Amino acid sequence: MQKTKTYVSDTVSRLKPSGIRRFFDLAASMEGVISLGVGEPDFITPWSVREACILSLEQGYTSYTANAGLWELRKEISDYVARRFHVLYDPADEIIVTVGASQALDVSLRAILNPGDEVIVVEPSFVSYAPLVSLAGGVPIPIQTSGKHQFKLQPEQIEQVVTPKTKALIICSPNNPTGTVLNAEELAQIARIVEKHDLLVISDEIYAELCYEEQYTSFPAIDRMRERTILINGFSKGFAMTGWRLGFIAAPRELATAMLKIHQYTMMCAPTMAQYAAIEALQNGAADVEQMKKSYRQRRNFFVQSLNEIGLSCHMPGGAFYAFPSIRSTGMTSERFAERLLLEEKVAVVPGHVFGVSGEGYIRCSYASSLEQLQEAIRRMKRFLERL
Amino acid sequence: MKLTEKEIEIVELLEKNARLPIDTMAKMVSLSVSEVEDIIRKLEEAKVIVQYATIVDWRKVDGHEGVTAMIDVKVTPKRGVGFDEVAERIYRFPEVKSVYLMSGAYDLSVVIEGRSMSEIAHFVSEKLSTLDSVISTTTHFILKKYKHDGTVFEQGDQDRRIVVAP
Repeated sequence: MQKTKTYVSDTVSRLKPSGIRRFFDLAASMEGVISLGVGEPDFITPWSVREACILSLEQGYTSYTANAGLWELRKEISDYVARRFHVLYDPADEIIVTVGASQALDVSLRAILNPGDEVIVVEPSFVSYAPLVSLAGGVPIPIQTSGKHQFKLQPEQIEQVVTPKTKALIICSPNNPTGTVLNAEELAQIARIVEKHDLLVISDEIYAELCYEEQYTSFPAIDRMRERTILINGFSKGFAMTGWRLGFIAAPRELATAMLKIHQYTMMCAPTMAQYAAIEALQNGAADVEQMKKSYRQRRNFFVQSLNEIGLSCHMPGGAFYAFPSIRSTGMTSERFAERLLLEEKVAVVPGHVFGVSGEGYIRCSYASSLEQLQEAIRRMKRFLERL
Repeated sequence: MKLTEKEIEIVELLEKNARLPIDTMAKMVSLSVSEVEDIIRKLEEAKVIVQYATIVDWRKVDGHEGVTAMIDVKVTPKRGVGFDEVAERIYRFPEVKSVYLMSGAYDLSVVIEGRSMSEIAHFVSEKLSTLDSVISTTTHFILKKYKHDGTVFEQGDQDRRIVVAP
């Protein structure tokens, strides 16, 4: 055991295993669990998209594609980003099709970081940001947003942690795990600080399609931000295509060229069949996305109002499919609350602290489950709270 | 009749599940219970909501398997009333479940349910074909229902997702 361990790099040894893992093992071992712990849509990929993939296989499109992805797909992505988010990227050399948004993040960080460079991570956040920064040789610098501000990043918080070594800021709106959406004005305020300190922004917009209240604003669409933004998006959430592992990067030429170098050596290209499916998704998937979005919005309204009624205070999240209620009133830690709720009432949620220090006192509940499941989960949670 | 977005949402929700509790529906569309009740009453009165029905898989009920047939009917339309008069003559039979006027090779599509094939054969030869305006009929028996009114009968709908994911 000791000997094997010595082969592992110091960087990897220092990485903490994901806090979600323990819950996964516990929940997976139990029967009759209602899981609100799933970070993915409950919809199956629209049939027309699956059918397009099947057709591509029947026609024998099974070889590699260009490193950056199929030309036709990159053109569709370029049109889609222009149409939906009002930013122009050249499909020839500013768009890279990746293996999920996760690989897009990895490639982005590795392309920009020198050893010791600092990257600001806004917490609570998706669990991969900080580890990916470390793996790329950088130093993650967390900022803690607060429930008091509905977990919206306050621009002055950036100023408090910025140093000469700060290279980039990762933002995610709509956010996992809080569901918080930053509006155009809030993004513009962040943009001013970013510009003042000459930072690069990695904008993870994977939940952009699932924004329920207002017109979505993409960060690079803000004045002068396109040149200092790496835009990350993909098909997983909006198009219900998590298992296809398909995302994309849109970035200014110089950055995209650097990222493509890494992508071509490590990945060659994203899976060909998934790329053909994605073309169909972008050409004809808008109505399906709209239907799914409507259904998420209805379930969000039901679930968040019900949480507040049973005594778990929760702000109405503007996007994604997560509710992030406070469990402070129970006096328990997130971990304890989640564990007891699972063991006593068989409802799986994710304790907020796994997403960062400021997530303590909160739990993440995904409402991407059937209405019946959500109704039953609320009944069980109510019973649990009444017993405390 | 022009409906608001929320009214349409309510109709769509009821169309999928007519037994959805009003308070649940009210939360889903961010309205109060009484507002939703008012909307439903209004839509019922305007016959936008015509009826609340149940989709039943009768094959699972012993002795009620039944037979369904779709009949293509060619008819001679009548001056002044077109196809309406003969359509009405046909849809008045209680065993007729639906009647549509079609474009294409025939005129009326009639769906009929009976206890047995011979019962349907009897209806076609004795009741339908003998109507003055009916020129010809072609009867197709339904062998198996896979999907009906948007509902798939045998659903393999278990959740395949892993229990907890980031």
